[in-house]
Amino acid sequence: MSKFRIVHYINQFYAGIGGEDKADVQPEKRDGIVGPGMAFRGALADVAEIVGTVFCGDNYMNDHSEEACATVLEMIRSYQPDLVLVGPAFNAGRYGMACGMVAKMVDENLHIPVVGGIYEENPGADMYRRYAYFVPTTNAASGMRKAVPEMAAMVKKVLAGEEIRDGYLKKGLRQNYFAEERGSKRAVDMLLKKINGEEFVTEYPMPVFDRVEPQPAIKDITKARIALVSSGGPVPKGNPDHIESSSASKFGKYCLKDIDDFTPENGQTAHGGYDPVYANQDLDRVLPLDVVKEMVRDGEIGSLHDYWYATVGNGTAVASAKKFAAAIAEQLLADHVDGVILTST
Amino acid sequence: MRLEIGSIFIRDVQFADATAVKDGVLYVDRAALAAAAAGEDERIKSVEVFLARPGESVRILPVKDVVEPRVKVAGPGGIFPGFTSNVEQVGSGRTHVLKGAAVVTTGKIVGFQEGIIDMQGPGAEYTPFSKTYNVVVKVEPIDSLKQHEHEVVVRLAGLRAAKYLGEAGRDVEPDEVRVYETKPLLEQVAEYPNLPKVAYVYMLQTQGLLHNTYYYGVDVKQIVPTFMYPTEAMDGAIVSGNCVSACDKNPTYVHLNSPVIEDLYAQHGKTINFIGCVVTNENVTLMDKERSSNMAAKLIGFLGADAVIISEEGFGNPDADLVMNCNKIEKQGIKTVLITDEYAGQDGASQSLADSTPLGNACVTAGNANEVVTLPPMEQVYGYPEVANVIAGGWDGSLAADGSITAEIQVITGATNELGFHKLTARGI
Repeated sequence: MSKFRIVHYINQFYAGIGGEDKADVQPEKRDGIVGPGMAFRGALADVAEIVGTVFCGDNYMNDHSEEACATVLEMIRSYQPDLVLVGPAFNAGRYGMACGMVAKMVDENLHIPVVGGIYEENPGADMYRRYAYFVPTTNAASGMRKAVPEMAAMVKKVLAGEEIRDGYLKKGLRQNYFAEERGSKRAVDMLLKKINGEEFVTEYPMPVFDRVEPQPAIKDITKARIALVSSGGPVPKGNPDHIESSSASKFGKYCLKDIDDFTPENGQTAHGGYDPVYANQDLDRVLPLDVVKEMVRDGEIGSLHDYWYATVGNGTAVASAKKFAAAIAEQLLADHVDGVILTST
Repeated sequence: MRLEIGSIFIRDVQFADATAVKDGVLYVDRAALAAAAAGEDERIKSVEVFLARPGESVRILPVKDVVEPRVKVAGPGGIFPGFTSNVEQVGSGRTHVLKGAAVVTTGKIVGFQEGIIDMQGPGAEYTPFSKTYNVVVKVEPIDSLKQHEHEVVVRLAGLRAAKYLGEAGRDVEPDEVRVYETKPLLEQVAEYPNLPKVAYVYMLQTQGLLHNTYYYGVDVKQIVPTFMYPTEAMDGAIVSGNCVSACDKNPTYVHLNSPVIEDLYAQHGKTINFIGCVVTNENVTLMDKERSSNMAAKLIGFLGADAVIISEEGFGNPDADLVMNCNKIEKQGIKTVLITDEYAGQDGASQSLADSTPLGNACVTAGNANEVVTLPPMEQVYGYPEVANVIAGGWDGSLAADGSITAEIQVITGATNELGFHKLTARGI
């Protein structure tokens, strides 16, 4: 029996082209193995062969995604693979996104399976997990030795057509199947377990809307210290921290002491998920700085915290958002802030 | 209430000169059945009757309701109180069932939400009614009948047809007799004092035109939640108002064979004490939802239940009723298991319910109704195949030139039944 054909997608770093300075290189393909594919060779030897490697600079892939993906797809297609391997990307954000984009393109256009490796909190995992069997990895490349055999095992299972129930980041898809017992019988069985305090497994974990119980009201707002926080992307003109327009990997902290009113010259939005024109004309529309300063002057609010915090909610993984929120809250507490005006878009 | 259900197993159905059941064969006098279905209703232009057996290359659409032929042979009242019988309390005595036979009503479409039954092929897997010997009753109303009245006409015709066929089982010795009994509350509690007391919150869809359900002939959106002995359902106390998304609107057949009731009775006296049902509705306004969930929860608390099963009917808006019922019952310290289905999108990637509660931690799902299937052409179609393009779950172009239908399983009668009548379910991958 001939071996299954695999194409491996990696970035410019793993292809040996270079690091951040080479992140703009355009897609290329090479026959056979390049870089980490070598580690897979032994593990897959009896069933599959990496017939080609496609690589691209992470910046190029993210900044020219449409064109880059189309080129990468054609390069992958040219090898007529049975499966595509991507990464492992660990916690490299742009590499993770690139692996995810490739997985999506392959899944939707070539209809062949994709196996990858990624750290669970990599934004690429959240956005693209449904398109591949992404084996969870550590957050750093030092986990390569562990990732390779796990990814290779997943490749073998997928190629063998085995039913795969675990060992990958759940795709977040609901799939129908016929159960052994009818629904009413399953309900009665589940009820008996629940009554008896035995372990039971719900068939549909209810979606969790992260509802936050409101804090008790501030008793005297004229003495309270208020801060401004936003996921609408309000940043100083020029976006000094380069907060991403989508899938933000960070938040910014900016001084507002010298600003009484936003103008087209001193503020803008970094958010790529809505029409930025009106925010860029007057950022007070997203972060109500002018009004709050007036209220402070008039004694209606005790004081305004000297800094505002901003990130971009657009396409940002919940895990990232939670991480930002915890860090921001910690700083606000340390600075004795009593209340926050939190704006979104 | 104590009810004996005598099942006469039906293994074939055939046309004959006289309607009768003999050696497991249901013989149907075609003209007499058509006349019985039409009754005296002047709003009916014509009734035609066809037969559809399991495995045959037959498709029925648009399906309005499925009804099981039953007859009361002892005890008060008759089948379908408030419709084909007076409104005496049913649920005690003895009832005979033509088990394996079903009346399936079809005819010109009333609304957008009617169903498909395939007797073979992949579609047959999704509907429980590919395994029944179906007597298809095609009812055509007079011209210019408005939708509301049209629905009434076909609903009543189906009930009359089922009652007519059920009479054929009156004097037949059943193949099997099962006894179901729930006693008045204090007696029932005393009978199994050491077993957990379990009740059933039976949610009925009541969202208006073509989304209704009836209890003793009353439109359920006009009731406040009430107590029902489980056996009442077996005599037709609950009747479907036809014509809602076919996959998860409960046909009358399923109310007659209400699966949660059957499976709770299977444990009655062994692991649980099944003390009864609370029938409630799913109205569209918030005030109605608040009132009904308050009343349902109050009744459950009043009954002293330790645990309940709550079944939903329909999707979307009723998800709010399901969540309210769950919250208000759990908050009394009463354990719940919910039965629902899912609308997770054709790709299965979306959130499945429109409302959510962390207290709903024990949930049975009847599957994702948005899954797309292709139903191959059948040699015989009873009804109107072109409605595949307009019924809920289909789209313009669902019906191909060769007669095959590509649509969401939403179009298939009973595919994701939330009383738990069928085996389809879903899991996260």
